[in-house]
Amino acid sequence: MSAAERFLEVRDVVKHYGAIRAVDGVTFTLAPGEIVGVIGPNGSGKTTLFNSILGQIRPTSGSVAFRGEDVTGMAPLELARRGVGRTFQTLQVFGQLSVRDNLIAAAQEFQGSMIRRMFAAPDAGVGRRADEMIELFRLGHVADLKAGTLSYGQQKLIDIAMAFMPAPRLVLLDEPCAGVNPSLVEELRELLVTLNRTQGGSFVVIEHNMDFIMKLCPHVICMVEGKVLAEGVPAEVQANRAVLEAYLGN
Amino acid sequence: MKAGIKLVLLGAAILALAASALYLKRSDVYLLSLYAVYLMATFGLNLTVGYAGQMSLGQAAFFGIGAYVAAILLKLGWPFLLVLLVAAVVCFLVGLALGFPALRVQHHYLAFATLGFNVLVYLVMRNEEKITGGTYGISAIPRPTILGVDLNGHVAYYWFTLGSLVALGALLWWLLRSPWGRAFAALRDNPIRAESLGINITAYTLLAFAIGAACAGVGGVYFASLVEFIEPGPFHFSTSLMMLLAVIVGGQGRFFGPVVGTIVIILVPELLRSSSAPWLKFMQVWYLAVFGVGVVLLMVWLPGGLLSIPERFARKAGKP
Repeated sequence: MSAAERFLEVRDVVKHYGAIRAVDGVTFTLAPGEIVGVIGPNGSGKTTLFNSILGQIRPTSGSVAFRGEDVTGMAPLELARRGVGRTFQTLQVFGQLSVRDNLIAAAQEFQGSMIRRMFAAPDAGVGRRADEMIELFRLGHVADLKAGTLSYGQQKLIDIAMAFMPAPRLVLLDEPCAGVNPSLVEELRELLVTLNRTQGGSFVVIEHNMDFIMKLCPHVICMVEGKVLAEGVPAEVQANRAVLEAYLGN
Repeated sequence: MKAGIKLVLLGAAILALAASALYLKRSDVYLLSLYAVYLMATFGLNLTVGYAGQMSLGQAAFFGIGAYVAAILLKLGWPFLLVLLVAAVVCFLVGLALGFPALRVQHHYLAFATLGFNVLVYLVMRNEEKITGGTYGISAIPRPTILGVDLNGHVAYYWFTLGSLVALGALLWWLLRSPWGRAFAALRDNPIRAESLGINITAYTLLAFAIGAACAGVGGVYFASLVEFIEPGPFHFSTSLMMLLAVIVGGQGRFFGPVVGTIVIILVPELLRSSSAPWLKFMQVWYLAVFGVGVVLLMVWLPGGLLSIPERFARKAGKP
């Protein structure tokens, strides 16, 4: 396997909750700049897989390597410092902070040491980048409002923009389209394509919106009952009989 | 309102407070000095509770530690500024240690952990007579002379305390405007998200407690020199409850929240009690009951504190 393919290497990851095998031996790799989609019915273990990769929970067995380093069970803080970002299935913004402050908070900790940040300018030197992201995500009209007062769709956009603020090498997006107005879904897909092209990171995307994921991801993994049921190019996975049965039943 | 105008108004208010000492009775100047020292502690508590979202019912313990460190060292002849530094560092370190439970528990569990700490410190103050004087306390605590200026007089000491309060407030304002302030707010609003964005929630949680504790320790030093006699009573956990009340009543997480809240817990009860107006005579007996009812009503109708009143009106008027 080439070094490029080992950018993210998830090998035989298992997560048990008592007798329940939420994730059951999942293996996949991700190359730099690649976008991989993860689909599957509710309860198929997608978010548990994400949390196992991202250190929110420690896998029962298996390993996760990022850029050749074993990061299995590594704390989210350490992963963030290595350039791994994420969004969550539910909204996770800083409700009492303004939209602009949410974006600055998302990147400020990567600007020098803690002591240096205490003496830094209030925007920690990332204010301009925050303004660029605000423009890219078309949040200019609400930039100074508290994030918690905005609509679900707007908060979802803030949530995604925050994940990209520190220009991460790898981003794991958990259901980015959930709760987003259907008219915004295509716009969101274009934004992610733009970010992938301009920032060059790799993405893993969990999503139930098939149209969105089939257009965005050149490679798709379908999980059912904690296992990888099928993977490949979107058309192949979509046509896979086992995948159809998993979604639609026999 | 523009920032420049706000600054001018703030400066005028501080000058008016300073000038008022020339016209007020000695007891009123003492009361204002007491307000200033308590405000140092509630400013710190607002950082811990209001900005960083931690719960603390132990602020009076740090206030007490600062006061006892001052009483002991000032009587040994240490210079005031050095005592101030030692008290702040001691409280910072003890606050750092008290922050560790916050890494494991939150909300009411943390409230009880910090309350337990306050009870422990209170018992040490009461029982370790060789160090603290026990229930007899420590008397004849000297007031400082700084750069040759004798601060023994009630007005001079009030001005010194007020000036120190302004300096502490400016320092906290600067800190909360820095990226640290935003990190504290991120920790309060969503610690899981904060950690995923590289914010070291362990460090910021500990710092929130340590800085808050240091502020209370500084307040304690000024308190000891103000009252010139200390015993464990003022550092009971009930004082911690009143300090928390000050933060919440004023508006937690708002910089000037404690300024208003500390008026409510220190000045209002005293003004009610000592009121000589005929129609307020009943207050001399009923002031605590009126105070209690007022607090209940405030909590029900203004959970965001007194400083949230303009926002409440703006919301009713349909403004964002």
